[in-house]
Amino acid sequence: MTAAPQTTPLASADESTASQLVPALRTAFVSALVAFGLSFPIISYHAESNINNELILIGRWPLSFGIAALVFAFVFLRQMANSDWRIWFDRFGSIAAGGMGGALVQAAREGEGVAPPSRARLAFGRWFGPFMLGLVIVFPLITLGLLGPAGSLKWINNYGVQIMIYVMLGWGLNIVVGLAGLLDLGYVAFYAVGAYSYALLSTTFGLSFWLCLPLAGFLAAMWGVILGFPVLRLRGDYLAIVTLAFGEIVRLVLINWVDLTNGYAGISGIPHVTFFGIPFSDDDNGFAAIFHIPFSPIYRTIFLFYLILALALLTNFVTLRLRRLPIGRAWEALREDEIACRSLGINTTTTKLTAFALGAMFGGFAGSFFSVRQGFVSPESFTFIESATILAIVVLGGMGSQLGVAIAAAVMIGVPELMRELDWLKAIFGEGFDPTQYRMLLFGAAMVIMMIWKPRGLVSTRMPSVFLKERRAVAGDLVKEGHG
Amino acid sequence: MDSFLQQLINGLTLGSIYGLIAIGYTMVFGIIGMVNFAHGDVFMLSAFIALIIFMILTQILHLGSLPLAFVVVMIAAMALTSLWNWAIERLAYRPLRGSFRLAPLISAIGMSIFLENFVQVVQGPRNKPAPQLPNHVFNLTGGAYDVTLSVRQILIMIVTVVLLAAFWYLVQHTSLGRAQRACEQDRRMAALLGIDVDATISITFVIGAALAAVAGVMFMIYYGVVNFYDGFVPGVKAFTAAVLGGIGSLPGAVLGGLLIGLIEVFWSSYFSTDYKDVAAFMILAITLIFMPSGILGRPEVEKV
Repeated sequence: MTAAPQTTPLASADESTASQLVPALRTAFVSALVAFGLSFPIISYHAESNINNELILIGRWPLSFGIAALVFAFVFLRQMANSDWRIWFDRFGSIAAGGMGGALVQAAREGEGVAPPSRARLAFGRWFGPFMLGLVIVFPLITLGLLGPAGSLKWINNYGVQIMIYVMLGWGLNIVVGLAGLLDLGYVAFYAVGAYSYALLSTTFGLSFWLCLPLAGFLAAMWGVILGFPVLRLRGDYLAIVTLAFGEIVRLVLINWVDLTNGYAGISGIPHVTFFGIPFSDDDNGFAAIFHIPFSPIYRTIFLFYLILALALLTNFVTLRLRRLPIGRAWEALREDEIACRSLGINTTTTKLTAFALGAMFGGFAGSFFSVRQGFVSPESFTFIESATILAIVVLGGMGSQLGVAIAAAVMIGVPELMRELDWLKAIFGEGFDPTQYRMLLFGAAMVIMMIWKPRGLVSTRMPSVFLKERRAVAGDLVKEGHG
Repeated sequence: MDSFLQQLINGLTLGSIYGLIAIGYTMVFGIIGMVNFAHGDVFMLSAFIALIIFMILTQILHLGSLPLAFVVVMIAAMALTSLWNWAIERLAYRPLRGSFRLAPLISAIGMSIFLENFVQVVQGPRNKPAPQLPNHVFNLTGGAYDVTLSVRQILIMIVTVVLLAAFWYLVQHTSLGRAQRACEQDRRMAALLGIDVDATISITFVIGAALAAVAGVMFMIYYGVVNFYDGFVPGVKAFTAAVLGGIGSLPGAVLGGLLIGLIEVFWSSYFSTDYKDVAAFMILAITLIFMPSGILGRPEVEKV
């Protein structure tokens, strides 16, 4: 917990073990003491209201002793471990995080510029993306085939659609943060603008989803420009805080402008998605009746899945194409060095505003998809945590890497969602144990651990858009982004 | 006029709390150039620690004397919150020193989410009513519209002023303060001259947490209720205060805190309470856009 890992030579293991014992014990004891101090009032006692609404204390001393003992054991073992365990942790971690075999171990070393890319690595890099895309495309059909209409609903909806929304949001924010290097902590504002645009336009004027979708994107883009304009001069942390403030202002206005938005209660009864005009209902003119298949709510979910997949792929396609255009190159140049950019005659105002507008537009698309999926919007869905989640996805994905963002979205959204499935843990920890309440706790801890372990994200190498003779990955350490 | 005077008193009380939290932001930003996003949640944690320690004193140890209990709660909360912030810095921020600029910010956001949910998990999601303390209220005017000043408000303002004086002395006149100011100016040069930079940064976090703990105790006494999400909005407002006063400047943080407290209170009483948080966020955005160096801060010079 507190000391740096020992890097003793492997030879003379016995001797070093003996000499390590005392300091290791001492460090472990101090760490355990600190852990006990941290847990003393807040874990050892639980303040609870009794029937008379008076606070009473319930002692939980064994818990804090247990935590201290665990910390002691962990630090002691870590101190005593002979080889430098961090290397193994890194290697194991890159396999686990990529989840796709040993190629990523090599990738990690290539990322550090230690090893040249192997042929396997090149093939892996070429085929991994298309392979994953194929997998995602057939995902609803496979789950439907395996689990049937009733069993697969949860998987397609809670995992497939939910993850794809965040992939899309991640790719949208990637334009702003990953390409243009503008740290935006208020991205959820554009998501909210998109969601409320569709909700209000469809419930008030009865416009269809396909008409509202471009309108929502346009309105969000307008807001991107409006909110982007005042912050042109800001950079780094200041930019992050101002965009956070804007995001919160949008949410507070949604809460307080009751005449328009119905405040906390939100807008309900938003028309559901239709199959290009055919509703997913069990009527005679519904989707099931027309295609002569038994009615099931699964068809709507599958349609929603492909809809968000198409929207996400559109985002990806546009981003990839834009990167090759002058504007995309200007974004990346801006990310690397704003001063150099300006001195080379790039108009930083339009460059920044287009990045904000395009990122916001895709956020608006995702927002209007969100409201057509839920049929209900309220300000609760657009809190700061959402912005932080999307930003975390982009940063963990490696800021600029489309594939990295997709993997990070699957991990950051899928794993907390999987926590809901851990009901069997109740058998071990007793009935009162609720795994879902630890979701956000672990989410926050994961953000910290990922930053310490891989501050530049899962895919830290960068493929240059423009190159002289051959296209070579740029090692993460040589990339300077993130200060603009 | 009476109403104005009353709001002035309320605003200064609230502003004192914001000022105490703002110092933690401004010092950390000054020394390592990082927005310590988790500071608001450290403040919330300290209110919980204070609440539980107060209950241990009164319910388990049956301590009769309230002033003594208050002093013990204050010292214990300061010590334990400092330990927390020390550990947070040690685990979540120190490994990232020298990493790229966004890494500590993301780590701090993760820490903020972690602390909020940690308190929710270990202490439950419901509001915790703080024990009611006897609170004598002085009537200042005796007119039709009473202007009141409570013992709590006097206490909050006095403790703030005393702590600020002590703290000002620490930064301006001790070797520790000198080391801190040296690290603020040039960390590498300070290290070359024999200053333990890591220890200095740790102490900065410890001091920031101790002042946030004082604010936490005050918050608990003043509002009489604590909740796990009480850290975010006061945290952002305190950060606004730090920015408004000029980030990196200690008197600026206090001045900014008082201004934000006054603006919030007057906004609520003369306009509407619905948009009082919007007002705070707008001030934050406007200050950063038009006056990034704040009222008392030094303008940032960009080196190429």
